[in-house]
Amino acid sequence: DRDMVYLQVFAGSRGIATDASVRFLGHEMQVSFSDNLLGRVFTGSGEPRDRGPTLTENVIEIAGPSVNPAQRIIPRNMVRTGIPMIDVFNTLVESQKLPIFSIAGEPYNPLLGRIALQAEVDAIILGGMGLKHDDYLYFRDRLDDEGALARSVMFIHTAADPTVECLMVPDLCLAVAEKFALQDQRVLVLLTDMTNYCDALKEVAITMEQIPSNRGYPGDLYTQLARRYEKAVDFETAGSITVLAATTMPGDDVTHPIPDNTGYITEGQFYLRNGRIEPFGSLSRLKQQVNGDTRDDHRTIMNTMIQLFADYRETLEKQSMGFRMSNWDSKLLKYGDRFEREMMDLSVNIPLEQALDRGWRILADCFAPEETGIHS
Amino acid sequence: MSENTGRIAGINGNLIRVEFDNPVTQNEVAYARIGEAQLKSEVIRIRGNHADLQVFEDTNGLKVGDPVDFSGEMLSVELGPGLLTQVYDGLQNPLPELAEQCGYFLQRGVYLKPLDREKTWPFTPAVSAGDTVSAGDAVGTVPEGIFDHSIMVPFAWKGRYTVEEVVGEGDYTVDRTVARLKDEQGREREMTMVQTWPVKIPINLYRERMRPGAPMVTQIRLVDTFFPVALGGTYCIPGPFGAGKTVLQQCTSRTAEVDVVIVAACGERAGEVVETLREFPELIDPRTGKSLMERTIIICNTSSMPVSARESSVYTAVTLAEYYRQMRLNVLLLADSTSRWAQALREMSGRLEEIPGEEAYPAYLESVIAAFYERAGRVKFDDEGTGSVTIGGTVSPAGGNFEEPVTQSTLKVVGAFHGLSRARSDARRYPAIDPLDSWSNYTSVVEAEPLERARRILREGNEVGQMMKVVGEEGVSIEEFLVHQKAEFLDAVYLQQNAFHEVDSATSAERQRYVFGKLDQVLRAEFTFSEKESAR
Ligand SMILES: Nc1ncnc2c1ncn2[C@@H]1O[C@H](COP(=O)(O)OP(=O)(O)O)[C@@H](O)[C@H]1O
Ligand SMILES: [Mg+2]
Ligand SMILES: [Mg+2]
Ligand SMILES: [Mg+2]
Ligand SMILES: [Mg+2]
Ligand SMILES: [Mg+2]
Repeated sequence: DRDMVYLQVFAGSRGIATDASVRFLGHEMQVSFSDNLLGRVFTGSGEPRDRGPTLTENVIEIAGPSVNPAQRIIPRNMVRTGIPMIDVFNTLVESQKLPIFSIAGEPYNPLLGRIALQAEVDAIILGGMGLKHDDYLYFRDRLDDEGALARSVMFIHTAADPTVECLMVPDLCLAVAEKFALQDQRVLVLLTDMTNYCDALKEVAITMEQIPSNRGYPGDLYTQLARRYEKAVDFETAGSITVLAATTMPGDDVTHPIPDNTGYITEGQFYLRNGRIEPFGSLSRLKQQVNGDTRDDHRTIMNTMIQLFADYRETLEKQSMGFRMSNWDSKLLKYGDRFEREMMDLSVNIPLEQALDRGWRILADCFAPEETGIHS
Repeated sequence: MSENTGRIAGINGNLIRVEFDNPVTQNEVAYARIGEAQLKSEVIRIRGNHADLQVFEDTNGLKVGDPVDFSGEMLSVELGPGLLTQVYDGLQNPLPELAEQCGYFLQRGVYLKPLDREKTWPFTPAVSAGDTVSAGDAVGTVPEGIFDHSIMVPFAWKGRYTVEEVVGEGDYTVDRTVARLKDEQGREREMTMVQTWPVKIPINLYRERMRPGAPMVTQIRLVDTFFPVALGGTYCIPGPFGAGKTVLQQCTSRTAEVDVVIVAACGERAGEVVETLREFPELIDPRTGKSLMERTIIICNTSSMPVSARESSVYTAVTLAEYYRQMRLNVLLLADSTSRWAQALREMSGRLEEIPGEEAYPAYLESVIAAFYERAGRVKFDDEGTGSVTIGGTVSPAGGNFEEPVTQSTLKVVGAFHGLSRARSDARRYPAIDPLDSWSNYTSVVEAEPLERARRILREGNEVGQMMKVVGEEGVSIEEFLVHQKAEFLDAVYLQQNAFHEVDSATSAERQRYVFGKLDQVLRAEFTFSEKESAR
């Protein structure tokens, strides 16, 4: 078989005859890079999806080499989102790679859109994989309404497009992001939905008769995902790439190979459940790099409120099992309710400082000072 | 380099099939030529007149028919002064020097010398003309950081030698001849401060292997007191993502009472290595008063770096560990994560179309893991000196389920098991080592009897805790409640330890004995309470 190669056909192989000829272009997948990308929408093979012209100038390779670890720096800048569950409890950090774990039907795309619009970044690269056409239009209109389209680039694969194009989307996004970052821009890459990307990998692997390792997924799923997520970086003397991804969990099962491998790679995760970011299970592994320098009371509020919220959850459980509620339990129930409405609700949109003030107020309204365990 | 060139006959990812005319050797290194660049590869299977090679780089652009030069040498590392403080990739390329040359990105086909060729070392001879030496004997020493680095007769030189000449005291570069030796047939050989050794072959120049000895004190209470590790022992840390494997190893790399620490960052995040890399030079090792970096080597083959070099990285690391062990030092090797190494094996096995075992891991997974951990040990030399290699590996089980092949194969061969629990880490009870499931075959820093008492309280306290979940606090007796309170107390004041706290993050063995003794008094005390509120 030394004279044979296997090819994936971008447009799908339907209608290709056995005597069709193949022309090799002599280069790998490439994409044009310039400021002309901004405001444009492309497919997963890099063709215009809007009515704009095809771009051909300054082509760059995609899936390039990785950053030398010795050249990396310790992340240091907070990314403000206006969402207390993120800013206070699991601070997002410039250059972080972080997925939103959610079940289908949760508002993960609106959440991604909102973070993108509120984060102070120079460029937004959106990668859609198996994206519903409606969702694509939602992103486009949302960015347009907020005047952010001019600093955005979209690579959109929809469910109707060929599977291989889905596989190209993260590489296209990240190659472009890398170039912008090297031009000193802070870039935010949004990838939705990485579960569709993994399923595309699985489909191709099975077609290639690779031996699956776990529930049909290829053994190199970890490596494939890591190669992409590890593109997140802060260049010492240039810009940065921050990656936020949506990962829908099949069957709401975090041990499924997709969220599992993702969790091992990314720097934490936000759990989206019942339309809110769950404090438990959510983790920003980089938060300690920045939350010491925000405001003196940040860590105190973060730890105290979470511990009390954990107690509240236990009380809820006891209540549901019919155990007697003590005076303390009643205080916790009041606290939990206010925490959920005034901090967790995704409609809350306030800066970190206001969120911290609000935290103090909730604590003061619900508990006596010594009950919170905060040393004054 | 030998004049043996083959041609590529097939490419599948980072596996290439090469046709050759002259003999090649298993694990021989070869270079696939691509334009000006050469891609380092290793022979992993030979069938008839073709060999399968794993390429340690991206194979994009390689074509059928491209030439491949066989080197005649097995995949090896360079051993000599200057290894400490270095940051290498899995093939022992110095990453900071690569960065100086190539900038932000790793460029394929660029290989640099692992040891600095310009730097001079103040050499003191340890032998004189006429002395008899053999492989592994020191002909002299140079100071390296905190101890004297022995310049040893190359490990691969068989037989006995007479020293013809050894250079006098002075400053020399590593490539300078420091001694001329004559073998029993009268042939002369010259040795420098550098030698090479094939990574997949253990260095076994010692008189005997001993049983693991005294505790390797990590200064983590839950480890040293409850699930200790011995010098020359092995242990593993399996746990789901985010449970604290990496933080636990980072703490250990800082505070462990050993001479040399080798950190093998194998297939996980680059960002985590950066923390070590940036922080260690600033941190002072209280044992030596020097920077922690001076006792550290980092082997860094993180997840986005080439997969097959990930496989080699653990062997590179353990070979460096054995080298320092030969100098009568205690070396700790920490690998994070061995699962990524096993996955690299799996990827290659799949490309070789081998018959897969469980979860598509190769059938030989278990023996490969066993052979790796077997390279740990405490050894005694002819001069009665001892040295040790201790190995601790994290395991990243799929779905956090320990019933998977890598965890199970590892558990069969290690001497201690630090299983991290999701429940503990969710409750922010760090380190999240499960005090009920974990085990160790080694000797604790505290006495056995009070330790057994503490274990029993943890066990019983847990049972009461489970019971209370069902029947509530009202449903258990005051005695049971008290045991539960004691277990919680033990957990809160002793087991839990904040990795990021200046004082709490490290507790010496002596201090552990003292505090545990005090604690034992509390655990043994008979309390009589009439109300649960007052027991609290
Ligand atoms: N000993 C500890 N003390 C305090 N926090 C810890 C400790 N261990 C882990 N953590 C927290 O948990 C997070 C994940 O830990 P990490 O070691 O990266 O997990 P893993 O390697 O198992 O995925 C850390 O970023 C830190 O916030
Ligand atoms: Mg490539
Ligand atoms: Mg920067
Ligand atoms: Mg991990
Ligand atoms: Mg150096
Ligand atoms: Mg880790």
